[in-house]
Amino acid sequence: MNQVKALIVDDSSVMRKIVERSLRQAGLALSSVIEAGNGAEALGLLNAHPVDMILSDIHMPVMDGLEFVCRLQTIESLRGVPVVMITTEGSESNVVQALALGAKGYIRKPFTPDQVKECVLPLLGL
Amino acid sequence: MKSLPCFSAPAALFDRATWTPLLELSTREVFEIMLGTRLSLMERRDENNGDVTALVGLAGSLCGVLSIRCSNPAARAIAGRMLGVPPAEVGKESWDALGEIANMIAGNFKGKLSGIGNHCMLSVPTIILGSDYEMHSLMASNVIEIVCKFENKPLWIRLELHE
Repeated sequence: MNQVKALIVDDSSVMRKIVERSLRQAGLALSSVIEAGNGAEALGLLNAHPVDMILSDIHMPVMDGLEFVCRLQTIESLRGVPVVMITTEGSESNVVQALALGAKGYIRKPFTPDQVKECVLPLLGL
Repeated sequence: MKSLPCFSAPAALFDRATWTPLLELSTREVFEIMLGTRLSLMERRDENNGDVTALVGLAGSLCGVLSIRCSNPAARAIAGRMLGVPPAEVGKESWDALGEIANMIAGNFKGKLSGIGNHCMLSVPTIILGSDYEMHSLMASNVIEIVCKFENKPLWIRLELHE
């Protein structure tokens, strides 16, 4: 995979920018990045914008990251898209639950580009 | 970076001598990793010149509030560092950035308290603008406050935990 399309879901616009920058610093060639402020907004965008991977916060208004991951698994076309949770919750039940619901990995804030690289690239087969 | 051991202790065993350096370390790590900058500690300063305060609530095995307070120029400088833009180009993103910093410090701190942090939830950050306010807890609290220097600007980081 040469060019990656990513969806970043976080209610913080600052954090969305940081995640995007970290992906680029990790060496990922991003062809496009779309952003959403919560899970519901993300689901709406995914209808028109297929992506190769999703990075999502857990604590968000309207629809949190757990419900978002859960909803993704019910949509045939989105079930195979790898989802990485980005959270301050390192080992707690929310992360465990997210992984059980279908998330493929998690990154704990604060994070370095290397940590992003270690988590994300294998999920894309890179 | 100096590392400190994790502690297994029930919430009731508040230990200022142990938890103060953990709060300092948690704060330093967030700034070093996310902003690429080293903070230095300052002597405690009681003057009230913080224009922006970000609050994150803790509930569960730790109950209370973590806050970070600073001037508007400091908040813009922090956001500028996080976004990779000059502080002069930063607007309301500074509030968002300070809220994220508070969230990460709180998460990092509780993560260092093994056996406690796993059972503690964090709230979405709240931002207070202006300096003319006082915070009062309706419960007896233990307070740890540290003052750090970021680009020669003081940051007040306060952890107030209910007994």
